[in-house]
Amino acid sequence: MRRWWVPAIIAVLLPAGAIRAEPFVPESDDQVLEHLPSSGSPAVRELRRMRQQLQGRPEDLALAVQLATRYLKLAREESDPRYLGYAQAALHPWWELQAPPPEVLLLRATLRQNRHEFDAALADLSRVFRQQPHNGQAWLTAAVIHQVRGDYAAAMKHCLPLLNLADSLTSMVCVSNVASLNGRAQEAYAALLRALRDAPETSDNLEERLWVLTLLGEIAARTGDVRVAGQHFREALALGPNDAYLLGTYADFLLDQDQAERARNLLRDHTRADGLLLRLALAEQRLAAPRLAEHIESLQARFAASRMRGDSLHQGEEARFTLHLLGQPDAALHLAQANWAVQREPRDARILLEAALAAGKREAVRPVLDFLAQSRLQDVRLEALAGLVRESGS
Amino acid sequence: MRRTLLSLVLILWGTLAHGHKPSDSYLSLRIEGGSAQGQWDIALRDLDYAIGLDENGDGALTWGEVRGRQDAINAYTLARLHIAADGKGCSLQPRDLLVDEHTDGRYAVIRFGAFCPSSPQLLAVAYELFFDLDPQHRGLLRLEHGERTDTAVFAPEARRFELVWSAPRQPWRELLSFAHEGVWHIWIGYDHILFLLSLLLPAALVREAGEWRAALGFRRTLWDVFKIVTAFTLAHSITLSLAALKLVELPSRWVESAIAASVAAAALLDLGLPDHLRLLVLVGFNLGVEAGQLAIVGVILPLSYRLSRSRLYPPLVLKFGSACIAGVAFLWLAERGFDVRLALF
Repeated sequence: MRRWWVPAIIAVLLPAGAIRAEPFVPESDDQVLEHLPSSGSPAVRELRRMRQQLQGRPEDLALAVQLATRYLKLAREESDPRYLGYAQAALHPWWELQAPPPEVLLLRATLRQNRHEFDAALADLSRVFRQQPHNGQAWLTAAVIHQVRGDYAAAMKHCLPLLNLADSLTSMVCVSNVASLNGRAQEAYAALLRALRDAPETSDNLEERLWVLTLLGEIAARTGDVRVAGQHFREALALGPNDAYLLGTYADFLLDQDQAERARNLLRDHTRADGLLLRLALAEQRLAAPRLAEHIESLQARFAASRMRGDSLHQGEEARFTLHLLGQPDAALHLAQANWAVQREPRDARILLEAALAAGKREAVRPVLDFLAQSRLQDVRLEALAGLVRESGS
Repeated sequence: MRRTLLSLVLILWGTLAHGHKPSDSYLSLRIEGGSAQGQWDIALRDLDYAIGLDENGDGALTWGEVRGRQDAINAYTLARLHIAADGKGCSLQPRDLLVDEHTDGRYAVIRFGAFCPSSPQLLAVAYELFFDLDPQHRGLLRLEHGERTDTAVFAPEARRFELVWSAPRQPWRELLSFAHEGVWHIWIGYDHILFLLSLLLPAALVREAGEWRAALGFRRTLWDVFKIVTAFTLAHSITLSLAALKLVELPSRWVESAIAASVAAAALLDLGLPDHLRLLVLVGFNLGVEAGQLAIVGVILPLSYRLSRSRLYPPLVLKFGSACIAGVAFLWLAERGFDVRLALF
């Protein structure tokens, strides 16, 4: 864990980045210093009560699992990684065990995957399969990890048990998402659309439908069906206007369609999430908007802070930032390559190709081109980039 | 079941959704003799989660609410930070409470003094803040001492940071500590011990007219051995010093152990020692080498002296032992010279 460059970075950045202004004494007692996340709401009070209960009996497995699950959900809803730490703390008595109970294994795998400890996460999930071969959640989680890593064969293998274990929409999402990346985009799209139409429209499955619509939009965008993609993204937005993943994906789509103005309007109020601020800044760059400089500075400080604590979770986005907003292709390529070694989604391939092209380093794209050929990934933007690479070589 | 099935998986699409920074605190310490000035920036949000700051529960945290909890903040945080000078705890005394702006919101700034019983040679900082509540919390330490700045990241698996001061240095302490290194160098160097053995095996004998005979008197034998060992130390010191001071460069594979030792010595030298101490370090180290060797002599020589009175000693111990040593030495030579591993030690 201790890397030589971490202290070096701290030494350089701590005075500059982290502690910026001089500490001050606020002028009056009434001055509001911080807005705490939805404090005072019934949900928060409920969580506080559960936490206090758990303090009294930390070995209560059912309570710990319940609390950790709540925190995990909150981490996504509020897009706040602090809750991931709280979830881990709730599982503390079991965290270091080789073989904790399956429900802990499942949560530990989710937390580990979130920190990009993919091997450890998959090892936890294998233990769950051995004890509970009917645990659909475990199969789905493993499938997603394999998919993020670009191992589509393994991902598909882990989706298959879901056909017997989960409802048809969930299993269809799993299967068609992988298939769409694996040379069967059209069929996957049609199957997913049918599954969505067959599913009842209840508030119960709102999250699922939101996810499916986002995926449909992504698949359509990759196959170049711009009109349909936009339609799905807007349908999804109607269901969940604050879903961070959807907002980021839709903003990328708009930027690709040269609709920077709309991308900016979409993200104007979402400056807290790093990934969304990045896309907002990209839109502002195209529009030569006045707040661009401020947002670039803020992003720079956030990436620096993340590196300072030894995290490498945002290398893909930092590569994008470094290439497009700082204009440093070599540094961006370096980040994109490090990111590619860990995860291989279409957007990871894309930033590597873009950075390699900008840096004039054709040899760096070889692993990505091999991957695209092997996986038969269909993506019009990646194909265009690959075409540019070939041209630049001839 | 179905709902959790998906909602948990949606968390997997994590990186895009990571809005805020995870929890960090920034601790800086400036050491001045036996005391230190500390500043600790801790997110108000984290403090609220730990001890509750938002008294009226309206979600808007005011300066009045924070100030009202100043004693609780000081007590909670400073109890989770331990600073020790040479193994003795320093007392931490809170000074002011301020506020600062970081990239992810407002932080409480706790200024405090640390008062140690002595001006430390070895400073230890132990950090325990929030690890029980949020194992993903990190403490970022910046430690200033004169011209020098050190940094570290505290994590649940790395809660301690230790620093050995380069100054004020007491020369005899340096000498002693490096003498200790020298003894250690001999003790872990199998080749050294083997070499010494090969010198010691025939030491209690003299060769006369093609035959080995027991030497006259223990005293004389001891003196002979002392001279040989000292000569060896001297030669060893010269090579090592030349290498450590980078006056000669040796081809690495052939003199691996000498290089390893010289690298270690050079690393120790690079701690920022003034020139006059460098010499002291080398002297100390070599005295340690000599002492280590003499200790081995002290064990082996009386033994071999007693045994050498026996008729069987020359053929059995001397010849067979020497053959064994030669065999091992040859294998080592092969290992180092040709870069193969024979798994011998």
